[in-house]
Amino acid sequence: MEQYSVIGKRIPRIDGRVKVTGEAKYASDFELPGMLWCKILRSPYAHAKILNVDTRPAQRLPGVKAVCTGKDFGGWSWGWMPKTRDETPLAVNKVRYLAEAVAAVAAVDEDTAEEATELMKVEYQELPGVFDPEEAMKEGAPQVHDYVENNLSWEFHMDLGDVEKGFREAHLVREERFETGRVITGYLEPPAAVALYDSSGITIWAAKQSPYFLYRHLASCFNLPLNKVRVIQPFVGGGFGGTKNDSVPGDFCSVLLSKMTGKPVKFVYNMEEVLMTCRRRHNMIVYVKMGMKKDGTITALHSRVIADGGGYTTIGPLTMFLTGCMTTLPYKLPHFKHDAYRIFTNNPTGAAMRGHGVTHTRFAAEIQMEMMAEELGIDPVAVRLKNAITVPHETVNKIKVHSAGLVEGINAIAQEPSWKAKDKKKAAEGYISHGVGISGTAHLGGARQRGHQSCGAVVRLCEDGTVDYLTGATDAGQGSDTVLVQIIAEELGLKAEDVDIKRVDTAYTPCDAGSYGSRVTVLAGEAAQKAARDVRGQLSRFAAEKWEANPEDIVFKDHQVYVKGSPERSIPFRKLAQIACYSGPGAVIVGKGYSDYGLEVLDFDKGVGNPGTSFSFTSHLTEVDVDTETGVVKCTDMVIAHDCGRPLNPINVESQNQGAATQGLGQTLYEEFVMDHGKTLNPNLADYKMPLALDVPKIRVIDIITEDPIGPYGAKEASEGAIVSAPPSIVSAIHDATGIWFKEQPVTPEKVAMALKKKQT
Amino acid sequence: MKKIRFTLNAKPHALSVKPWRTLLELIREDFGLTGTKEGCGQGECGSCTVIMGGKTVNSCLVPALEADNQEIITIEGLVDGDILHPIQDAFVQKAGMQCGFCTPGMIISAKALLDKNPNPSEQEIREGIAGNFCRCTGYSKIIESISAAAEAMRGGA
Repeated sequence: MEQYSVIGKRIPRIDGRVKVTGEAKYASDFELPGMLWCKILRSPYAHAKILNVDTRPAQRLPGVKAVCTGKDFGGWSWGWMPKTRDETPLAVNKVRYLAEAVAAVAAVDEDTAEEATELMKVEYQELPGVFDPEEAMKEGAPQVHDYVENNLSWEFHMDLGDVEKGFREAHLVREERFETGRVITGYLEPPAAVALYDSSGITIWAAKQSPYFLYRHLASCFNLPLNKVRVIQPFVGGGFGGTKNDSVPGDFCSVLLSKMTGKPVKFVYNMEEVLMTCRRRHNMIVYVKMGMKKDGTITALHSRVIADGGGYTTIGPLTMFLTGCMTTLPYKLPHFKHDAYRIFTNNPTGAAMRGHGVTHTRFAAEIQMEMMAEELGIDPVAVRLKNAITVPHETVNKIKVHSAGLVEGINAIAQEPSWKAKDKKKAAEGYISHGVGISGTAHLGGARQRGHQSCGAVVRLCEDGTVDYLTGATDAGQGSDTVLVQIIAEELGLKAEDVDIKRVDTAYTPCDAGSYGSRVTVLAGEAAQKAARDVRGQLSRFAAEKWEANPEDIVFKDHQVYVKGSPERSIPFRKLAQIACYSGPGAVIVGKGYSDYGLEVLDFDKGVGNPGTSFSFTSHLTEVDVDTETGVVKCTDMVIAHDCGRPLNPINVESQNQGAATQGLGQTLYEEFVMDHGKTLNPNLADYKMPLALDVPKIRVIDIITEDPIGPYGAKEASEGAIVSAPPSIVSAIHDATGIWFKEQPVTPEKVAMALKKKQT
Repeated sequence: MKKIRFTLNAKPHALSVKPWRTLLELIREDFGLTGTKEGCGQGECGSCTVIMGGKTVNSCLVPALEADNQEIITIEGLVDGDILHPIQDAFVQKAGMQCGFCTPGMIISAKALLDKNPNPSEQEIREGIAGNFCRCTGYSKIIESISAAAEAMRGGA
């Protein structure tokens, strides 16, 4: 660690100051002169034909400037793959989920726009809906899309090794059904944008986690070249995948309404729209059949997934891929079969969320493994250590793992006093029963799956020795801006405050795939490192010439530049920058770089190959108190031993782990949309309960350093591992407290109380 | 329309408001103080928390009329020139935020807590911010930040 000056340090976030003073501007904080407000009319039916939309009553309302319907988008549709472009900005002939967007209004103020939507008259012909994916798969079920039989949105299969042989070799073979819940990302900042369509094209300030998705969607939808689409990135109030990694109807409608009126148009969703219509995590039914030898060795695994896709495909093919592809980590698995089915229903649409696809099947396989170990009398630590991979490792689907700290992580949490005292503290205190559980999981980082996947960076040297850094990567809160600035500063021997990061503006910043799949630090970091080294190389040549030294021997450290081994030949960085910019003809020093690691081809259809550049390993210990009278589970302690290779900013890594674990806690214990025939019955934050400060324990993070050979400075992902590890560790702890295995999330007080009652009788 | 008088971040104001206007709209739209955020608009998320008459309120639920004769403090009222309030400084130093959307409301709740209880226990801090959702941090670093701020304000660190 000593060789670095900025990397690995607990430096405060570079955006900390503007965020604590209220200066940081988010999309909804932007206003332009003459701005109109956009509001969306939404369907009262979950499944219906649209027979007619009469917008005239709305248009007659004073203050209304323009109205648009699905037909105004000229049949344009979008989706994650060319063959899955099944969604239109506004519904055209049919609505497929309740509150799907049908029409939009632009008016002088928000209230008038709202009133206008209520005046529009839409004739619907209600259709029978289908709301359960297993029902939707049956012959004769209502069809969500006319051209799709049995509502099969996407299927994905893997068959590697010989699972039947693996099951024959097992001492114990067991199959169980698991289910994950209907949850949402839960960002507090609703989707919002201010859009302007004028002679220079589209300019939009939009709340996006990955603004280049919107950039491409808008160019395609409005038939403009990409250099006429300018997405400017405000601060973003959380993302967590899904909605803010995609476009929403409000984006398209505000741009179209601006085009129609010549005025800037703003929209801000309300929380009910967020909770009723925005992308959710797919809820999944997961069947896991596992074979295990007497000594705990896993011999084979066959998983079958049925996912509720809702009305549209979105990113679902990738979700299905990840449910299978990542099941082969973090435990040795010689034989693996996987069958995943994503099913259309008339529910709100399922998409990506932190821990995308991985959390579902890992939860199922992890609990299955521990249940079988229990049956065979094997300790939870022992079964994990027996099966944990060590490097170098190649999985049955040819994922190459270069660094893995699972064994170290499991050993670390096994040393916790609460785990050591596990068997002693069974004595219940009144109605409260204590439990402690563990899990061990893996997550991909540096996601590289299909389509454009690289990151770029441009570093501009200013003549006073400060630096401008342009990246296409978005910090939606995860802290990547700070880490990327640290990388630039480290390479140039500067401090973080000498580097100014520009937020994404697609007119200036290099194109970037987006902030998903834990790819920013790894891939945008690689690009930043290269761009800074490019600047360093250019400056080295000036210094080498001056000192008649070899450019490779020029050292940049602590604002000084000197020749290695002879510190007397030294110059302040600022001075060298000035010389380079002014001496002789002068130079304009601009460095650039892009990520190119991991370009090997992945077989997306078979799930074979590396889905990311590196893999994190998370070992997670949870303690719970279960109230055996009420069934309420209180999580009292969490310890996470996380292998992110090397934390580039440990305070950020801790915070990422704590946040991810808390989100995982919510989905394990209580977060759940209550649905009735496609209707979300709890579309508000009082009834859809996310964890508050009183619900969460103090979460400790232990860094397991493995120095990944690929990531910049040895770094791997740090933001998703703990959302995958939290649910199985909590369920394992509840089992320790109650003797009951809960296989369906969320494990609500009702389920716990009922199961305890059943157990007693 | 009704005329109201109030102080906002220590400056006196008098203006006329419509009866259905919320305090949040007054702060964000009439005064352009966009540090106070609207998350849920239903009084649940705490992003719009401001101090009115020494107590925290969800400004999205409070009619602007109720600000009459009140003293209101928003996030913009905490800095002293260029100098951050100790709570703000602690949030920066201890990584008490990620996306920052809940942060103004969270800091305001922390201020109201520390104004009343300069030496809160961890449990009291958790109770003090129990009306503020944060989806990013898992609260650990927010609690550490408030605890550090309390110490600094007591003249400790």
